[in-house]
Amino acid sequence: MTHKATGSRALSSDALARVEGEGAMRVEIRDGRVVDVQLNIYEPPRFFEGFLRGRGYTEPVDITARICGICPVAYQMSACTAIEDAVGVTVDGALRELRLLLYCGEWIESHALHIHFLHAPDFLGFDSAISLAAVDRAVVERGLEVKRIGNRILEVVGGRAIHPVNVKVGGFFRVPTTRELEPLRAELERGLELAVQVVDWVAGFDFPDQELGCELVAADHPTEYPMLADRVISDRGLDIAAAEWLDHIEEFQVPHSTALHARVLERGEYLVGPLARHHHHAEKLAPAAARAARDAGLEPSCVNPFRSIIVRAVEVVHAFETAIAVIDRWVRPAFAAVPVAPRPGVGHGVTEAPRGLLYHRYEIDDAGLIADAVIVPPTSQNQPTIEHDLWHFVEANIDLDDDELRRRAEVTIRNHDPCISCATHFLDLTVDRS
Amino acid sequence: MSGPQHAAPRPSLAVWKFASCDGCQLTLLDCEDELMAVTDRVEIAYFLEASSAVVEGPYDLSLVEGSITTAVDAERIKEVRRQSRTLITIGACATAGGIQALRNFGDVEELLRIVYATPEFLSTLGTSTPISDHVEVDLELRGCPIDRRQLLEVIGAVLAGRKPAIGDHSVCVECKARHNTCVLVAHGTPCLGPVTHAGCGALCPSFHRGCYGCFGPSEGADIAAMTSVLRAQGMSEDEILRLFHTFNAWSEGFREPPVGPVPVALSPSRLSPSRLSPREDRP
Ligand code: SF4
Ligand code: SF4
Ligand code: SF4
Repeated sequence: MTHKATGSRALSSDALARVEGEGAMRVEIRDGRVVDVQLNIYEPPRFFEGFLRGRGYTEPVDITARICGICPVAYQMSACTAIEDAVGVTVDGALRELRLLLYCGEWIESHALHIHFLHAPDFLGFDSAISLAAVDRAVVERGLEVKRIGNRILEVVGGRAIHPVNVKVGGFFRVPTTRELEPLRAELERGLELAVQVVDWVAGFDFPDQELGCELVAADHPTEYPMLADRVISDRGLDIAAAEWLDHIEEFQVPHSTALHARVLERGEYLVGPLARHHHHAEKLAPAAARAARDAGLEPSCVNPFRSIIVRAVEVVHAFETAIAVIDRWVRPAFAAVPVAPRPGVGHGVTEAPRGLLYHRYEIDDAGLIADAVIVPPTSQNQPTIEHDLWHFVEANIDLDDDELRRRAEVTIRNHDPCISCATHFLDLTVDRS
Repeated sequence: MSGPQHAAPRPSLAVWKFASCDGCQLTLLDCEDELMAVTDRVEIAYFLEASSAVVEGPYDLSLVEGSITTAVDAERIKEVRRQSRTLITIGACATAGGIQALRNFGDVEELLRIVYATPEFLSTLGTSTPISDHVEVDLELRGCPIDRRQLLEVIGAVLAGRKPAIGDHSVCVECKARHNTCVLVAHGTPCLGPVTHAGCGALCPSFHRGCYGCFGPSEGADIAAMTSVLRAQGMSEDEILRLFHTFNAWSEGFREPPVGPVPVALSPSRLSPSRLSPREDRP
């Protein structure tokens, strides 16, 4: 939607084409050199951390889910973990297993959406999955089927796909019966088969060469490819408990964005998400996922952001296997939740959202109300890295015309699967070459 | 935009986002079984969550998600209205201002200071308001998020030129039709079902949970009677207020439930400012 003008190329003149509420990118070029790249997130501020103060200690679970309609379970899981940490309760056994199952549903749903609706059309030269379907309906239908089965998990365990109603501090309101889980298992078997095909499909795309040089940060668990966890590691020596997060990670505000950014103290930008998870935990993938990764030629440490689509597809396979394993081990617990009583304290929660590590911290006062809340979503953490990545991309492609530059910059951003509001097809590009 | 070729032009569909979580528009992509059939029948002319192709307006059907929280958005929604033959708002953000409308009860400057170190960088209104405060709306779909079946019903009805079958009774009616055990009567669990708009199929009670009102008030809801019931269940005035003040807090029905003085205000004024330090220069 940009139109060319001498020197600087201005924003679209059409009010409707201007996607306020989403994102924009500003590039400044002087004498053939990039001097500034800014990724603006216009997302109007919604003040979650502000109005969580004074709410009851059980409320962040449902309230923070509304931060993101694509990964509400991640918000619910990090919120539960942090609040349980604050009040000194541990949720394990069958209830933790059920949380894993629910989380698998969200990984499958969210990754299937990103792979088929946002990322694959970029590689294949389509503007959407809908136009891709006009040429190859079968691959889109397969993707929708994988996504649907992920949503089935969310519905059976959580009640609905978006903002599940069945999650609470301490566990669940109601645990599913074996009779409810059994038909789901049959669907998961089918989903697993399709997911392996999806890995094979995306592995055949053309991938430009690129390597990210930033620090890779992921949650850590001794035996599991991490979803629910309580430690954080990086490839540059970070190895901390969730409670030490604020001593090592700093959030900061930039003038051009309503999303806060984050960096490792004293070091700087870093990356969370599938590439970081896979780098640290590839050896913990379930058997079919590990096999699919090998067949796809995925290297154990892949830091090419374009190839993140393969990692996502492998993680979908892993999530199906994990979900099936949970159902096979399932013994219905006598209680849907462990009893939780409020007490004053501070708690921390880290879990792995589909797009990367999500940190919550709550301070609970003596009346059981939230005195302070800190939420650090994956996209805030990745934004400096995305800008850096864009910077290199623009520098290497400075001679492209604006339309092509914008199209490929969007792809660069979508590689990192930022939360939907900024992930979508949105980019208002301004190139200032004066 | 490519797609199956049709002799007659298909009606065009546009999906707009204002302040929201994207969950309601995602509901459309969550109609996995029907999505391909829908895209055969309508031209997706503007739907950034799904396509980078943008077709110029006007649009036959616009679905609007999100609330108005900035001056720019207050203008943008007028343009969307001008370009839309039928405009349907989807979800609690669009129909009631959403969870972000909690700012309407407090001081937005305070909220800015809590969350941001340098609030001057941001431009935001002191209120989050529903779309119908700004432009004429043809139909509202309730819920946080909306219900998939209701969305398909509305799209189908608009395409067929008939009136959508969307009732305005309460969750209790759906709950009884589903033969759920009443959590309020059987377990004394607080439940907003008697005053909440139907549409979800009484989801929470079927998970042994009380309804928390995510579809907003039903037609003719007796909020005073509901408040008395909740009080009789042992809820404090503060807890009752918080139960009403979530995703539909600014709806007319839930805005001012008749509660007594509340000890801890939802306003964050007693609390400290942002922990963030302002950012230094770019690297
Ligand atoms: S109504 Fe709820 S689900 Fe819909 S956009 Fe708003 S916060 Fe998201
Ligand atoms: S459980 Fe709630 S919605 Fe169902 S009948 Fe009882 S009060 Fe009504
Ligand atoms: S029962 Fe109430 S809170 Fe639960 S989904 Fe339905 S309307 Fe929303």
